[in-house]
This record gives sequence, structure tokens and C-alpha cells, in this order.
Amino acid sequence: MRAEASTPALLRPVEYLGAILMRPLSLAGGLVIMLAKTLRLVFAPPYNLRNLFRQLVEIGVNSLPVVLITAAFTGAVLALQSYIGFKRFGAEGLVGSVVALSMTRELGPVLTGLIVSGRAGAAMAAELGTMRVTEQIDALETLATNPVQYLVVPRFLSGIVMLPALTVFSDAVGILGGYFVSTRVLGANPTLYLNRTWDYLTITDIYHGLYKAIFFGGAIALISCYQGYHSEGGAAGVGRATTRAVVMASMAVLISDYFLSSWLFQ
Amino acid sequence: MIRIEGLTKSFGDKAVLDGVDLEVKRGESMVVIGGSGSGKSVLLKHIIRLLRPDGGRVLIDGSDISGLDEHGLNDLRRRMGMLFQGAALFDSMSVWENVGFALRQHTSLKPREVRRIASEKLRMVGLSGIEDVMPADLSGGMRKRVGLARAIATEPECILYDEPTTGLDPIMADIINDLILSLRERLSVTSVTITHDMTSAFKIADRIAMLYSGRIIEVGTPEEIRKTSSPVVSQFVAGRAEGPIRVEGGYA
Repeated sequence: MRAEASTPALLRPVEYLGAILMRPLSLAGGLVIMLAKTLRLVFAPPYNLRNLFRQLVEIGVNSLPVVLITAAFTGAVLALQSYIGFKRFGAEGLVGSVVALSMTRELGPVLTGLIVSGRAGAAMAAELGTMRVTEQIDALETLATNPVQYLVVPRFLSGIVMLPALTVFSDAVGILGGYFVSTRVLGANPTLYLNRTWDYLTITDIYHGLYKAIFFGGAIALISCYQGYHSEGGAAGVGRATTRAVVMASMAVLISDYFLSSWLFQ
Repeated sequence: MIRIEGLTKSFGDKAVLDGVDLEVKRGESMVVIGGSGSGKSVLLKHIIRLLRPDGGRVLIDGSDISGLDEHGLNDLRRRMGMLFQGAALFDSMSVWENVGFALRQHTSLKPREVRRIASEKLRMVGLSGIEDVMPADLSGGMRKRVGLARAIATEPECILYDEPTTGLDPIMADIINDLILSLRERLSVTSVTITHDMTSAFKIADRIAMLYSGRIIEVGTPEEIRKTSSPVVSQFVAGRAEGPIRVEGGYA
């Protein structure tokens, strides 16, 4: 509701504050409601396996090239930078461990999350937004089909399955990128480098990264679908929803990453 | 079959429907006319519960549909079909998959069987050989006819038409009118159509209702509407700029 002109002057700051608070609160509420609906419908028939398969391919397979390239260069530059830094106090032997730990615990899941936010998140928001403004979502309802079940559930499931899968590739290729730069460019001994890589890396480091990836996958799908589902106002509205989806999903990845890390790694 | 009592609906602080009363009998073709932005679409969407009323009731066969749970609602919607203004075809699916959508979702029919039924419905709306075309490659008139085929795929008792002739050339508009009439004869459905196309309204209606200022101000047979004494209705029917109806941004 717009601010009424009749509001007493003294109350206007309160009203203004309320309007500021209203937006994030209704957004948070909307996301929780959509999550609840999605979880309730995950196991309910009819199953739309074709939709699920399409989304698995879209989110997983089609994101893979970008994820691999990003991971390879991130691993490479990580090796280069830590070599330069560590050489100053004679610790260049630890480059392999730093690359492995950074990729699996942090950069693998986060970079994958950011890439999927930009690629698949934008696509989800734009597709659902277009379906909303062209009444295709209403049409689903008139055909006795729950739009959350038909559209959101397959995207949500694909997100929580494919983000960790992509992260595994990202981890591996990032470590490989670091290995390549260290042994071919910086002249490290390959055997020694690999030993250092495995010495300090535990299976728990990898798991923690994957737990984060599962969370990111669910959050990205939910936020993007929510923005698309509730878009209004024609083509411009779909554009705004898409922008909001990418910005919010990326923020969610980065912010939740801190809290998940402090909770998982204490 | 459909009974609307005292229906009110507001968006923000704008009251769109302000106490609508309307009854549609079984097998009847009811046409609701009214200007752009008069709330016709909002009214139609309440009948299939895409929107919920702020006040008043919508009764289908005597039972209030706002109290239905998801199961009951789906049963209701399977008995109804709706043709959207822009056809609202699913653009990720081919024509036959659009038409057969409800059958694939709600029956255990084999894809081949669904396709056969879809082709049959497409023939009913005068289309054949386009089963595998994507909706984006169709003209406006064809899209509407595919939308119509999708709406009748589950053999509904009641069809809702949202501006079926808007945006079509006069000949295509008349083809759609004929289709609506022939579907009514062949399937004996109840229908509610909203439109501002008076030619279409007079052709397909058993009764016409005029929505104005959030209320139904007159209901009658096409003959009665033509001879109306209401200045508002006669202005709309004749399509005159001068009269009691004030159009925002207009000269009147």
C-alpha cells in the first residue's frame, strides 16, 4: 500500500520504517511458504520425470563447461599466488595443500554456486516469469496441475543433486590446475607436490564442501523460482525478476557460505 | 450451474468487483460485456478459482468453491476448461503435447493414445497436421484454436472464454465464433465468455450481461440488450464515445 497523504507528520518516520521492513519480511515469508509447498510435493504423484530430467541436464550438464574452466583457472592462479607469498618464508612446499584445502572447502562449492546462480538461476526466473505474465501458470492451474509441483519441484531437486555433483568436478579440476601450474611453470617436483596435496586433505574437507553445495543448490533454485513465479508487469517485470533472482541467489550463496562454514568447521 | 452472489474483489485500494450477482444456467451461453479494465477477466478467474473473492460467494452446482481443498479443486477444474486471451500455450511443448497435457497428467493413457485424442480435438477446431509444430511458430488465430482444443481435451461441462476474438482479424474472429457455437451444440457445454466484441457477443450469446463499475447492471437476451433503455448499455453496445460512460484518458 502507498503511503496515505493523511498520515500524521509524527507517524511518517514509523510508516517509512515499516515500509522498509515489510519488503524483506514478506520475501522471507514467501520463500518459506514456497519451500514448504515444494517439500510437501516432492514425493506426491504425478511424477514429472521428463521435467526433472530436463532440469538435471540444464543445471548440471550444461553448466559443466563453465564450471570446469572457472575451476581450472582458479586452481592455477591460487597455486601461482600462494607460491609467490609462501616463497617469502620458505614454505613453497605447502602450495599443494593450500590449493587442495581452498578448492574443496571453499572455492569449489562457492564458485559453482555463483556460476549456477548466473546461468541456471537466471534461466529459471526468466522462464517462470514469462510463464507467469503470459498466463501459462494460470493455464497449468486450470488444467488441474499444481504449478509448484510441476515447475518448482524438478528445479529444486535438480539444484540439490547437481550442485554437489558439479562441485566434485570443480574440486578435482581446481586441484589439477594448481598441479599443472606448480609442476610445469613453477618447477615443483610432481611426486612431492601430490604428496603434499593428499597429506593435509581429509575426506571431511570434501564432505563439508559438498554439504554447502547441497544447500546452495536448494537456495538458488528456490530463490530463482520464487522471483519468476511472482513476477508481474510484462517483459520489463520479467527482466526485473531475473535481475533480482541472480543478485539474491549470489548474495545468498556468499552470505550463507560464511554461516555454514562457521557452523560446519567449528 | 454457476451462481455468483455479491462477489467483491479489490486490488490494493481499487475495488474492481463491487457486488457482482450473476447466474448461468446449465447448457447456457452467457456473455459478459464491459469496457477494458472493467474487471471482466477478474470475474472469469473467480469462476475457476484462479482468484479468491474478498466477499461474496461463487457456487458451482450449489456448492461454494472457496472452501474446496486441493483435491476438490482439481476435481472441479477437470470439469471445466478455459481459453485464455493470449491462448497461454506452453511454449516448451509441441501442439499435441499442449492439447493432451491434462490427459497425460491425470490419466494413465499411453502417449500414443493421448496423441490420437489430441489429433481428434485438433480436427474439431479445424486444425490437422500441426501436431508436432511448436506454439511459437503458429499465428494468433491458430494459437487460439489450439488453446480451445486444449480446453476441450478432457470433455469439460463448462468452458470459460477470455476474449476469444480479441486481436484476430474479422474473418478469423467469425471462425472462432462458429467454433464456439458448434462446440456448444456438439458437446452441450455451459459457457461463460467475456468480450468487448459486440458482433461476437450477439452471435454466440443466449444471454448477455453488462459489467459496469464493478456490478452487473443489466442481464438479458441479445434482443433485450439491443432494445435496452439503459443509457450506459446502449452507449457500449453502439460503441459511442459520448454518453454516461467516462473513459479515463478519453475525451468524453
